[in-house]
Amino acid sequence: MSIPLLYAAGGVILFFLGLHALFVRVHLLRKVLAANIMGSGVFMVFISLAARTGEGGPDPVPHAMVLTGIVVTVSFTALGLVLAVKIQQASGRSRLPRKGEEGA
Amino acid sequence: MNQLLAQPWSVWAILLPLGMASLAFLLPRQAVRLGLASAFAIPLLVAGAVLQVRTLGVVEHVVGGWPAPLGIGLRTDGLAAALLAATAVVGLVISLYAWGYFPSAASGNSKTRYFWPLWLFLWGACNALFVSRDLFNLYVTLELVTMVAVALITLAGGTAALTAAMRYLLSGLLGSLAYLLGVALLYGAHGTVDIPLLGALLNDGDLSRAALALMVSGLLLKTALFPLHFWLPPAHSMAPAPVSALLSALVIKTSYVILLRLWFEVFPAVTTSGMAHLLGSLGAAAILWGSFMALRQERLKLLVAYSTVAQIGYLFLVFPLAQGETAVTAWAGAVFFVLAHAGGKAAMFLMAGTIQQTAGHDRIAQLAGAGGPLGVQVVVFAMAGLTIIGLPPSAGFMAKWMLFNAAIVTGQWWYLLVMAAGSLLAAAYVVRVLAWAFLSVDHRAYPNMPWVMKWPPLALSVVALLLGLAAYEPVLLSLTATPAAGVLLQGVVP
Repeated sequence: MSIPLLYAAGGVILFFLGLHALFVRVHLLRKVLAANIMGSGVFMVFISLAARTGEGGPDPVPHAMVLTGIVVTVSFTALGLVLAVKIQQASGRSRLPRKGEEGA
Repeated sequence: MNQLLAQPWSVWAILLPLGMASLAFLLPRQAVRLGLASAFAIPLLVAGAVLQVRTLGVVEHVVGGWPAPLGIGLRTDGLAAALLAATAVVGLVISLYAWGYFPSAASGNSKTRYFWPLWLFLWGACNALFVSRDLFNLYVTLELVTMVAVALITLAGGTAALTAAMRYLLSGLLGSLAYLLGVALLYGAHGTVDIPLLGALLNDGDLSRAALALMVSGLLLKTALFPLHFWLPPAHSMAPAPVSALLSALVIKTSYVILLRLWFEVFPAVTTSGMAHLLGSLGAAAILWGSFMALRQERLKLLVAYSTVAQIGYLFLVFPLAQGETAVTAWAGAVFFVLAHAGGKAAMFLMAGTIQQTAGHDRIAQLAGAGGPLGVQVVVFAMAGLTIIGLPPSAGFMAKWMLFNAAIVTGQWWYLLVMAAGSLLAAAYVVRVLAWAFLSVDHRAYPNMPWVMKWPPLALSVVALLLGLAAYEPVLLSLTATPAAGVLLQGVVP
């Protein structure tokens, strides 16, 4: 297994770790972090594939895509954190309400 | 005339709302004026783009003069033009309605202050999504749409709206990251994200299938196809009425358009009829489950939201119905369904909002007798419902007619049964509201609403109702450079 492929596999594993946490973790901060980890996994796949397809040096296009992706991730993290804070202020909980609770 | 036609109209239709959104954010006191001015200007720009597509065919624009694969290409084909037009019409009506719905900006109200910049951002992002021709740009625009939509839901305030927004954000993120991982796999294998190039390069294999599975399941979550619809009813019903309307009419269509493009333009070499039937059966289940749930709702806005869950189901029947000769009929039917639903559902949500604002609540059972003072509102609501039910001559009827035709020609009668059952259930839930409202007529005094909260939705429902009679033009437009092959309505050459 070549090194770029190893990194790509690592990226896929990160993606699924994040996915698992997104479903299992209850605290909203952890959920936002889980989405971040999923994003990092995808970016790692992109970057490792840049090394594999490039001839005479890595392919710059995936790097540009990852930079754009990071901007998107920063924005959704900010939005998620603001929402989490607002939910805590409004309901006193830092998790999504369960069925039957107020606001469910 | 020729010089006018050569203008990149669809690019202006992206830049104008984005620019105006930034201005509206910086000048909150002028937000309403800027918003309304853009709402009237964008349809004109879109009309230019539509005219261009009708006369010249597909219009390509290379942003900044950088050609593919490095640059970003924009491509206005028939599908893009049809959706730009639908968004322009629905957007204008929603803008007028919002002008009356949100208190005036001069009072320093934060809802008004943030609604206009966010809505213009959303409009620009939708327009950009429709004309994007590469998978990565589609990802960026899709994320823009989701984030702005989440922010718009929170305008309602309160714990319920915040939680609905959070659920929507998290499921949206999950969907778009799965989609992005698929894009990464495709780029790694083929070194491009350009849709036409990929369509030519792709062949069947494990990697293509993995990418297809990731991208399609991510987009199914974003489109809220049964059983991934859990986030939709709270998000769409908790939002302020104009926001509900644009979420249901426009936002869920964005991820559906990407799905259509993936299925017909990127992956035709990979998709099998088994996959198509899987999507079709999920669609059929959505129609039955969504309609059944709509029938059981006690609140008007939740009823309309569940009706959206059901209507999304019809959109997915295109995949099994588009086989061989019927591909073009099913394609045209699905695109026309998107247009019909955009008009009908926006009008329904807007009227539900007017009824809620006037009566002070939206509990269906307590609307008994509201038919007297709220007669106009309830009747407009039902008129918008006609296209959702699919009664002739509404746009919904024509769309279903095309899907029916494809189902008959391909001999898939079970989809016919589901569509018929869906129409009956839709009729039942619309009539249920009417029946409650006109159960008895009381003469309670209700506050009077501004005219923009009644007449623009009425106009929109009339447009949706009569669009079925003028279906030829939009169908022809949507077929410009369509990737679907075959004969429209079996024997009728377009």
